[in-house]
Amino acid sequence: MSVPTQAPAAVEPRLATEQLTLNMGPQHPSTHGVLRCVLTIDGEIVRHVVPHIGYLHSSCEKMMESRTYDQILPLLDRFDYLAANFYSLCAARAVEQLLGLEVPPRARWLRTLVCELNRIASHLVWLGTFALDLGATTVFLYAFRDREYILDLMEDLCGARLTYNYFRIGGVSADLPEHFAEQARWFVDYFPERLVEIDRILTGNRIFLARTKGVGAISAEQAIDWGLSGPMLRACGVDFDLRRAHPYEAYGHVDFDVITRSAGDVLARYEVRMDEMRECLKIIAQVLDKLPEGDIRTAPTGRLRPQGETYSRVESPRGELGMYVVAQGEATPYRWKVRAPSFCNLAPLNVMAEGCLVADLVAILGSVDIVLGDVDR
Amino acid sequence: MEQALQQWLANHGLPQVVYDWGKMLLVAAVIAIGFVSLTALWLIYLERKVSGHIQDRLGPMRAGPKGLLQTVYDAIKLLLKEDIIPRQADRLLFTLAPLAVVTIAVIVFVTMPFGRKLIPADLNLGIVFMVAFSSVTVLGILVAGWSSNNKWSLLGGLRSGAQMLSYEIPMGLAILTVVMATGSFRISDIIAAQQNHWNLWRFPVLGLVAFLVYLTAAVAEVNRLPFDIPEAESELVAGFHTEYTGMKFALFFLSEYTNTFVVCAIAATLFLGGWGLPFGAALAEHWPSLKPLIESVPLSVVVFFAKTYALILLVMWVRWTYPRLRVDQLMRFGWKFLIPIGFGNLILMGIAMVLTQ
Repeated sequence: MSVPTQAPAAVEPRLATEQLTLNMGPQHPSTHGVLRCVLTIDGEIVRHVVPHIGYLHSSCEKMMESRTYDQILPLLDRFDYLAANFYSLCAARAVEQLLGLEVPPRARWLRTLVCELNRIASHLVWLGTFALDLGATTVFLYAFRDREYILDLMEDLCGARLTYNYFRIGGVSADLPEHFAEQARWFVDYFPERLVEIDRILTGNRIFLARTKGVGAISAEQAIDWGLSGPMLRACGVDFDLRRAHPYEAYGHVDFDVITRSAGDVLARYEVRMDEMRECLKIIAQVLDKLPEGDIRTAPTGRLRPQGETYSRVESPRGELGMYVVAQGEATPYRWKVRAPSFCNLAPLNVMAEGCLVADLVAILGSVDIVLGDVDR
Repeated sequence: MEQALQQWLANHGLPQVVYDWGKMLLVAAVIAIGFVSLTALWLIYLERKVSGHIQDRLGPMRAGPKGLLQTVYDAIKLLLKEDIIPRQADRLLFTLAPLAVVTIAVIVFVTMPFGRKLIPADLNLGIVFMVAFSSVTVLGILVAGWSSNNKWSLLGGLRSGAQMLSYEIPMGLAILTVVMATGSFRISDIIAAQQNHWNLWRFPVLGLVAFLVYLTAAVAEVNRLPFDIPEAESELVAGFHTEYTGMKFALFFLSEYTNTFVVCAIAATLFLGGWGLPFGAALAEHWPSLKPLIESVPLSVVVFFAKTYALILLVMWVRWTYPRLRVDQLMRFGWKFLIPIGFGNLILMGIAMVLTQ
């Protein structure tokens, strides 16, 4: 079966045809929440697509201005609900930078551990929903089954399964529970087999390759111009990962590869994320081995009234998550700006989708891995 | 009771023929609709269980023993739901479309070979009848897509029209290959010809190729994954039945599963020997005492259903394993791959038959 991946070339129209405006979303099964895309289609071919955002806008950045710094962290968990730890990590780091607070080593390693677990969980949700967009329902169930183990681990650790609120300014809220390390090690052993299983059912599948290869490609230059980050950027061949480029927490002390692909298409993004999960396991194993003893938190004294401006950034599963904080010596920040990776990655949707088919648009949207809470804030 | 009814009709000046025809129609309708809806209910339950086990979960477990009543409850729920017709829809066509689809799905059962002596009508063009009627389904789907006045439905309907028309051809070619090998359109003849030798193995490769072409085209014909683009829920919301609710939606659902049963039953009949027990003739020759059992009606029914359900399970397995093709890839696959193979196979079969005569 030879299935060309390119959309059919435009045929000279013999009939008078009209372009159709199609409203996709905000209630649509594969816009991953409440994204609304207005498509201009010519038959099945997408001529133009405009993403309309804001259906989940909750004015969170403004709310920060009336919260004390301690109150901000749990609120931030609600932004990117699939990777809550990264938001609170980024916020905690911003405040720590403002205060000049030194985080104890054990806390830094624990943060690394939890973030990598969270990254796998987030990638698994992406994998499931992306496969679902392509019609592979079984992968969705497999991904959610395995994510459950991570959620259980997180529940043991901090009592929550989605919005963890585990990180604190100056450290973390709790040390590892009794059997956490064993269970995490078990997961590190268990999970590679499941990835192989998914490879077998999806990665090598000819239909899957035909649906993803060469679809929604974007060049490295374009990716940089549009400010893409994370797997989207690395799939274009740009070797940039904040964990490697500007190591924070314990990332400077662990050994891992930055996964890149050169094609920049949907398949490349898929491969990058799949391999990243394997790298996460590597990091988790190393952290479990090298975890230093000691305090888990340097609690700041008195009321937090930092002063100054700072930018903190972490590598979230979706890309570079940044927070620009302006503090004026009061109990609440003056401005709390979030650079959300999903928002930036979604921006070039039209660049990627122009001229593709409606079905490709769904695949492209899936491969961007947007979380609407992260896009709209 | 019967006599009273006849008497009552006679009293009102109606001839006996009204009673005879009425009785026949009633029995046929009850059997057809009863069988069809039970099959659909059972297949939906089966699909849920199969998908559940493929996906490492149990499927429905709460409603009734092992969740057996789940689809019954769902059917009741759909029956009780409000029947919404969108304001801008074409009311007449919108209502007729699901009826057309389900009627056609039921009509096909007229020539369904359930078992030895159990064909409702053994037409001399039986297989043509089945294929002809099952291909009218596309009309209902097109009408449904158009009359909903919804762009997603329209796209779904158009996709469906293109797809079903394209896959009709390879399907017809595969069936023609079998008909050529058998020399008859009559379903009982086709089954009888396979008494010793399934069509699947006829001229070893040719029969198998025809079977694969038929099955692939048939899966596309009933809009199942990986060919479910007319109702690709992640692209077109629900395709042509996006706007349908309640009973009308249930009718589409019913016809979909009925058609799945029909195409698998046709495949079992054409290629797997239908109701004939595998090696039945050889066994009967070896142990003559078993002959009445092998040729008995109940056994033939069991064999027919076993073969059909084996194919249905295969089709379900495929559905829960593969991703979905894109619309252009699907058309290309049909026209540039299946149709040439179907034609080539047909010609080779002709040559092989001439050479072996």
